[in-house]
Amino acid sequence: MELIQLAVPVLLKGLWVTAALTLVSVLIGFNLGLGLALMRLSSNGLLAGFAKYYSNVFRGTPLLVQIFIFYYGLGEVSLVRDNAVLWWVIRDGSRCAVLALALNTAAYTSEILRGGLMSVPVGLVEAAQACGMSRVLRFRRIEFPLAIRQALPAYGNELILVVKGTSLASTITVLEITGYAKRLMSQTFAIFEIFAIAGLLYLVVNLSLIAIIRLLERFLMRHESQSRQGLSAPRSDESAAVS
Amino acid sequence: MEFGLWQVWEGGWVTAILRGAAVTIAVGLSSMVAGLLIGVVCGLIKWARIFPLSLLVDGYTSVVRGVPELLVIYLLFFSSVEFVTKVITAFGYAGLAESGYAFVIAVIAIGAISGAYSTEVIRGALASIPNGHIEAARALGLPASRIFRRIIAPQMLRIAVPGLNNVWQTTIKDTALVSVVGLQELMRISYIGANSTRHPFIFYLIAAVVYLVITLVSQAGFDGIERLLRIRARR
Repeated sequence: MELIQLAVPVLLKGLWVTAALTLVSVLIGFNLGLGLALMRLSSNGLLAGFAKYYSNVFRGTPLLVQIFIFYYGLGEVSLVRDNAVLWWVIRDGSRCAVLALALNTAAYTSEILRGGLMSVPVGLVEAAQACGMSRVLRFRRIEFPLAIRQALPAYGNELILVVKGTSLASTITVLEITGYAKRLMSQTFAIFEIFAIAGLLYLVVNLSLIAIIRLLERFLMRHESQSRQGLSAPRSDESAAVS
Repeated sequence: MEFGLWQVWEGGWVTAILRGAAVTIAVGLSSMVAGLLIGVVCGLIKWARIFPLSLLVDGYTSVVRGVPELLVIYLLFFSSVEFVTKVITAFGYAGLAESGYAFVIAVIAIGAISGAYSTEVIRGALASIPNGHIEAARALGLPASRIFRRIIAPQMLRIAVPGLNNVWQTTIKDTALVSVVGLQELMRISYIGANSTRHPFIFYLIAAVVYLVITLVSQAGFDGIERLLRIRARR
């Protein structure tokens, strides 16, 4: 009981740091990932090649190595040290962790969004073209909404991986849930109890993320549930015609 | 030589890094095998919904997949470290406590994580086997063990290979995390090298390249296995 009184407030303090790290890196990572996915699908070989190598390198190396390169390694490069903005980012553990996490999740996000964009039927894009929609409008109204619908379940998994990835920030002096948990474990020796509380916090974060994704999914699929009741027959005709 | 490339060569770090890479691969392979054993057993339990056990398996996979790997590693290391050192020193092998012990715990920790992901892959593969195949085998009077060996296992394997490829890639990357508790694998060696030469950039870059080589080579290997299984299936 005493242990809970000691551990819970400390770990809750860590929860906010974990949540903040996740939120900022997901916001940056999603936009970067979208950009990379578009580059990958563009007809420009140079852009597509860059996006491909970027995603292979970031997906092929451990996140811990990436964090260490950014935090310990880049400080050695004079180009980075002399640049005020870069140095500001690299100097601080949590900013550095956000940078590494964002670049890492961008690689995975780009693969997920690429899959989503590729699943958009060509006919729909052609129809939009025939209607005279501009490229930007077409992307905003037709391609992106359809792609995100397709990609959302996989993206939910990626979000959970980001939450779990924030635990590595504890290796570069950032005190979030895992950082505090490690400290409490070595202070109190109540290893399993601390693990259970910290694990529960992570599970709560992940379960609420899953719930949000489910709600978002249902919101994006709201037309499906209506059409499935009355219009199922015409819909199947329509999809047959498309294919 | 701004980044100390010369010191890496001169200080004998190349062999140290290669040794570290060998330890990384050894931890990865042992954990993957342990994880596969866990995965097949738990996957079968989950697929067949063997009642009280399937609840346990559900708990295991959702906890391990929902909690950061680092936290699981801390749990296993800190909770076992006193116990194991006591046992080993009581038997008079104090030296073994430092070298062999970290490896064993690393394999248990990473194997448990890898096992949770393998369980889901194998359950998914089992679920995609048409029920009719198993019913037909049963109708022919095949014993359960032969149904598993001849009907379930070959189909499951073919469907599970792409998923297991993903599990392997995560497993080899997760081995980097056991460096925080002192096992002398690739990441730990790079950390030591970075600190003693004060050239972290080159050491972590080398580590990244070695990991990349490992993942790219194993990707090619898995592509080969997938092709092999596809050809055999077509015949």
